[in-house]
Amino acid sequence: MDVVNQLRRQFVDYYTSLHREGFVDDQFTQLQKLQDENSPDFVVEVASLFFEDCEKLINNMARALEQQQRVDFKQVDASVHQLKGSSSSIGAMRVKNVCIAFRSFCEAQNREGCLRCLQQVTHEYSLLKNKLQTLFRLEQQILAVGGSIPVVE
Amino acid sequence: MARNGAVTWWRRTEKIDGFDLSPTDTEAVHVLAVDDSYVDRKVIERLLRISSCKVTAVDSGRRALQFLGLDEEKKSNGFDGLKVDLIITDYCMPGMTGYELLKKIKESSAFREIPVVIMSSENVLARIDRCLEEGAEDFIVKPVKLSDVKRIKECMNREFRVGEGERERERGRGGINKRKLRESCELSSSSSSSPSSQSPSPSPSILSASAPCSPSSLDSPTRRLKMTISE
Repeated sequence: MDVVNQLRRQFVDYYTSLHREGFVDDQFTQLQKLQDENSPDFVVEVASLFFEDCEKLINNMARALEQQQRVDFKQVDASVHQLKGSSSSIGAMRVKNVCIAFRSFCEAQNREGCLRCLQQVTHEYSLLKNKLQTLFRLEQQILAVGGSIPVVE
Repeated sequence: MARNGAVTWWRRTEKIDGFDLSPTDTEAVHVLAVDDSYVDRKVIERLLRISSCKVTAVDSGRRALQFLGLDEEKKSNGFDGLKVDLIITDYCMPGMTGYELLKKIKESSAFREIPVVIMSSENVLARIDRCLEEGAEDFIVKPVKLSDVKRIKECMNREFRVGEGERERERGRGGINKRKLRESCELSSSSSSSPSSQSPSPSPSILSASAPCSPSSLDSPTRRLKMTISE
């Protein structure tokens, strides 16, 4: 029983830190609440879709920005807009915030600024991916020892 | 049998949930969700299912029209028995926008009665107005939350009770009065005198002033705009 409580405590602490450090916002908590016995892998599934999306969109942005002359900023912006949307839907706050800045640089047709944002968004995406994978691992460990995943408000 | 995207989606939905989409099951609300984002589709599907709705999710306005049997090029595959009670669509989509889809639905004699809700990540008053004037039931600012879905569902039930006749008159007078209908719907949801069997919880984010027009309003406290009497 102690193992279960220890793991649950770890989960709560980790989850809280993700919020505190701005990796996730309230929308992520909303999604956690949508998970139940009928849909036990919902959050993992959405997160996977999100990470696939991230990779695809980041590649699109990189390709568009590679052009030395006549970068198609509209195309970059379209990808950033999509990434902003999905990061908002999953509660990936830091990724979303970079996207907001990114869009301003697109609008200003500032290639340097865009490249910096691309770097940032890539960094934030991989940070978040690691963090969430750790969180999901903790969930699996709790379930494996017969515990239930705590609901953190 | 012709196989197109709409069929695939329908089948996937059926397979995943084992839903019996027989037309005789009139209890559950059947929602057609339209969004080009895979992530958003998954989220809206879950929000709707957990709110006891049946969901068909498609990735474009075109697919939505095909599903309804409205697409000129691809005629209905015999889904006429599948009644759609509500359409919820993203605004910004490649090809056909949510606004264009809304127009097509409202232009169709067969489907104009179906309430259409628009979702958008941009809280732009002009956009919201345009959609409402074209006949959208409501406008949700993304990210969509459970409370948004609950609110829409409640309002839908109430509007059906208010009566189709009243809605017909409203339509004749244009968009403005649709707002009044919605406002009174909201008001009755917060008062306890409503005879409705629903137990509505008054939404905490009712806004009576106009929403900011800035597109970067994700930090705005209002996630969705409540309809206001036009200024």
